Amino acid sequence: MTKTITDVICPFCGTLCDDLEVVVSDDGKKLLEVYNSCVIGTEKFLHSQAPDRVTRPRMHQEDGSWKEVSYDEAVEYSAQMLAKAKKPLMFGWSSTNCEAQSVGNEIAEISKSCCDNTAATCHGTTLIAVQDIGLPSCTLGEVKNRADRIIFWGCNPAHAHPRHMSRYSIFPRGFFTGKGQMSRKLVVVDPRVTDTAKMADLHLQVEQGRDYELLDALRVALKNEWLPDTVAGIPAEKIRETAAMLKSGRFGIIFFGMGVTQSLSKNHNIDAAIALTKDLNEHTKFSIMPMRGHYNVTGSGEVFAWQFGFPFSVDLTRGFARYNPGDTSTIDLLTRGEIDAMFTIGSDPGAHFPISAVKHIAAVPSVCVDPHLTPTTGVSKLHVPVAFNGVETGGNCYRMDNVPIDCRKVVEPPEGMLTDEEFLTKVRDRLKQLKGVA
Amino acid sequence: MSEYLIKNGHVFDPVQGIKGDKKDIAIKDGKIVDKVGSGAKVIDAKDKTVMAGAVEIHAHIAGPKVNLGRIYRPEDKLFSCTPTKGMERMGGGASIPTTFKTGYEYAKMGYTTAMEAAMPPLFSRHVHEEIRDTPIIDEGAFPVFGNNWFVLEYLKNHEIENTAAYIAWMLRVTKGYAVKVVNPGGTEAWGWGLNCLSINDPVPYFDITPAEIVKGLIEANEYLGLPHSMHIHPNNLGNPGCYETTLDTLRLAEGFKAKNKFGREQVLHLTHTQFHSYGGTTWGDFESKAKEVTDYVNKNKNITIDTGNVTLDETTTMTADGPFEHHLTGLNHLKWANVDVELETAAGVVPYIYSPNISVCAIQWAIGLEIPLMMKDPMRCYITTDHPNAGPFTRYPRVIKWLMSRKARETQINAFKHKDKVLSQTAIGTLDRELSLYELAQMTRAGPAKSLGLSAVCGGLAPGMDADVAVYNFNPDKPVADPEDIEKAFSRCAAVFKSGVQVVSNGDIISNGHKRTLWVNVKTKENPQVARDIAEKFVKYYSMTQNNYEALGHHFVPNPFALEVDATN
Repeated sequence: MTKTITDVICPFCGTLCDDLEVVVSDDGKKLLEVYNSCVIGTEKFLHSQAPDRVTRPRMHQEDGSWKEVSYDEAVEYSAQMLAKAKKPLMFGWSSTNCEAQSVGNEIAEISKSCCDNTAATCHGTTLIAVQDIGLPSCTLGEVKNRADRIIFWGCNPAHAHPRHMSRYSIFPRGFFTGKGQMSRKLVVVDPRVTDTAKMADLHLQVEQGRDYELLDALRVALKNEWLPDTVAGIPAEKIRETAAMLKSGRFGIIFFGMGVTQSLSKNHNIDAAIALTKDLNEHTKFSIMPMRGHYNVTGSGEVFAWQFGFPFSVDLTRGFARYNPGDTSTIDLLTRGEIDAMFTIGSDPGAHFPISAVKHIAAVPSVCVDPHLTPTTGVSKLHVPVAFNGVETGGNCYRMDNVPIDCRKVVEPPEGMLTDEEFLTKVRDRLKQLKGVA
Repeated sequence: MSEYLIKNGHVFDPVQGIKGDKKDIAIKDGKIVDKVGSGAKVIDAKDKTVMAGAVEIHAHIAGPKVNLGRIYRPEDKLFSCTPTKGMERMGGGASIPTTFKTGYEYAKMGYTTAMEAAMPPLFSRHVHEEIRDTPIIDEGAFPVFGNNWFVLEYLKNHEIENTAAYIAWMLRVTKGYAVKVVNPGGTEAWGWGLNCLSINDPVPYFDITPAEIVKGLIEANEYLGLPHSMHIHPNNLGNPGCYETTLDTLRLAEGFKAKNKFGREQVLHLTHTQFHSYGGTTWGDFESKAKEVTDYVNKNKNITIDTGNVTLDETTTMTADGPFEHHLTGLNHLKWANVDVELETAAGVVPYIYSPNISVCAIQWAIGLEIPLMMKDPMRCYITTDHPNAGPFTRYPRVIKWLMSRKARETQINAFKHKDKVLSQTAIGTLDRELSLYELAQMTRAGPAKSLGLSAVCGGLAPGMDADVAVYNFNPDKPVADPEDIEKAFSRCAAVFKSGVQVVSNGDIISNGHKRTLWVNVKTKENPQVARDIAEKFVKYYSMTQNNYEALGHHFVPNPFALEVDATN
């Protein structure tokens, strides 16, 4: 006999789907099937069942080989490393739950660490823009129930957030949107003809890196002022047509992704996009929302903010919280060689950071807490595999619209494995002993 | 648990009618008791003022919009960060302090209970996570109902029983405390960029008026017999002439009588009254209507109010009144954040600088003080700053100074750039009243506790009540030489006890206490129609499944304190 668990939350992307069904063996030890999820989410669940999974911590040896160690030894190494370091860096947090993040923040406070999450390489620029100009936004259910104008700008949900369009943004029939897709106009702004762009009513194939100009041109068009013949590769008529379409809606939203946050102009693009949203509110109702990547990167920002006051790139080395992206942000700290210990959890900087930053990770004492084998575990001194959060342990997570959803545990982790929170709690307690903190 | 004896202090306790008599307060097992053994630890309170721990009835201290304020205002942390120190976690923020700092700052001023005034139900987990991380003080949170689709649909047909059953369900799943109403109907209209500025403006699509929503929610609240009354932020906040909408709203409570077992007497609590007591037609002829509003409240015993004092600081406004924040960003052109919440509510955040050089801000300051000075019954008027909207809660000692000293008020009036305008548009210059310590205890302790239905638990020093006690370095026998001494004394307590644990000594935190989350557990008859409606809305319109909606478990509410209500009859 098997058991079916319903209302399961998918711990993959910021869409945080919560309607999955997972079939497990009668003893709750084997995960057999996953329903309702996208292909990426399914893989995330099934991957936990891989027979060759690493289930015990391992130390990198001088000859490049790995030696299995106990969790206690791993705790000791981690605590000693953090206790001795002058400026440790604790990075990641986006693929773990808020409970673990909370314990991690305690550790950071005791060890006077720099702490940062993956916004550093994704929507950190968005946060900087929000600090400049604000953010008119809404929850995803509002989009489902009211929105008749949808813009995807520099993002490709068809591949990166596969169920976003069916659950919230294009297809669902909501309270005031009974005709589903028929009641919505879709605009996609992307230099490539992506699978999302193929569905659009209007695809603005912007010249690469010219998003800022196009956003500003739309603001000009809203005011019916003069425009040159083309802006960012888009003819003025098409810009005016787009502006008219946006104005004529009852409720619109701009979703945006890495295409604007990490291309030329970075946070300035988002400044302009938010300003456009504000302007549109003079004509109709409009919102804007970042397409957050990791399933709990939003939660990490929230926990940082209510505990330290800032959403990312927090530096606690002076004994109080400082925030100055560029100075206190992870890649900058690494490339300047400022940090003397690296603690990575719930993220893979090895795969995403510039090589000069990754080299510095390899050069200092380092711990990587991750259930997978990743480029980061490859360059770290100690790899601590843990239970999969959202599969083998529950915990609170925040969706891309900041709505908190409590993840569910669906199967038991391999015997003897710790969760993120359990491992961090042991490190915290040992660190307190080493530092003589009550 | 330890025993304590707070000896020889001047005790002010409206619950027992004690007006500054020298009296010992005994504490045992977390409660106030008649006497303790000789082994009790003695706290010398000679020449000091002893009161119950203060009760905050309305502040925005935990949850999504508060945290949005923290996230988008790094500048609020400038010069306000505090390092790790002994028991204290590091903190930061002036108008929107981090959770740890929030708990410590309240405790250091002698506050031991606080209510988060607006919880969007969909975000209840977030609110509870922040409450959990706010040390020492007991906290409850008010879920918002005034723009909720279920409520709008039920009340359109005046279905009080269904509304009540829905409220009971919502309080249970969100671990909420009371029925909060913000800009009834107007926030739903904001879903389309519109608003309801009077109590008779119809809500788009739902075809119900704010008046019907307010009356219906009062009825549903009394039908259930909840500890607190309907708690309202009326329509038309902050506009010149808004006092008429306020009076219209208050009149809706006429004829209703409180029905509950908690000793509460009001059926409507009007919050941040200052923002709702404006006359005039433009910002040019802007004037106080505090007299008109307080006259009405003085005459109608089934209403309580809190003040919403402007403290003349740079702060961060945040409210579930989404359209108002959009209006405000149009006035001051500072950064605007907004969150519309599906089926339930919305919220907006805009920074604001209450400058003493701007006549409107100075008049707002005066109105905030006129209201408590014009209220005849201090048990029905409570001091708040609607933190952080009119000012940060850390300014309570300053507000107390202004209320207790006419001289302090005059000093401030003379410092205003538009002093003449303040005097011509308000009555602040004519008010001689100086609040006594007893009245202060009524306005900050016994009064709000009674209004919240907590009069058996906190807000007083009678034996059997929770041992929440604040000892101030303030000698009531000595005339006040300098009003600044009042502010200083109320800023940092000599000692504070929370549920019998000493948490503050000489202004420093010495324990993180055992903070509790207050919520109201209402038992109702099964109501299949409401159960079906809830299930249907989740299937069709929410972006979350019903089974994932409830804030369950130790992580969210580690130390609950539930007030039980039986509404099955």
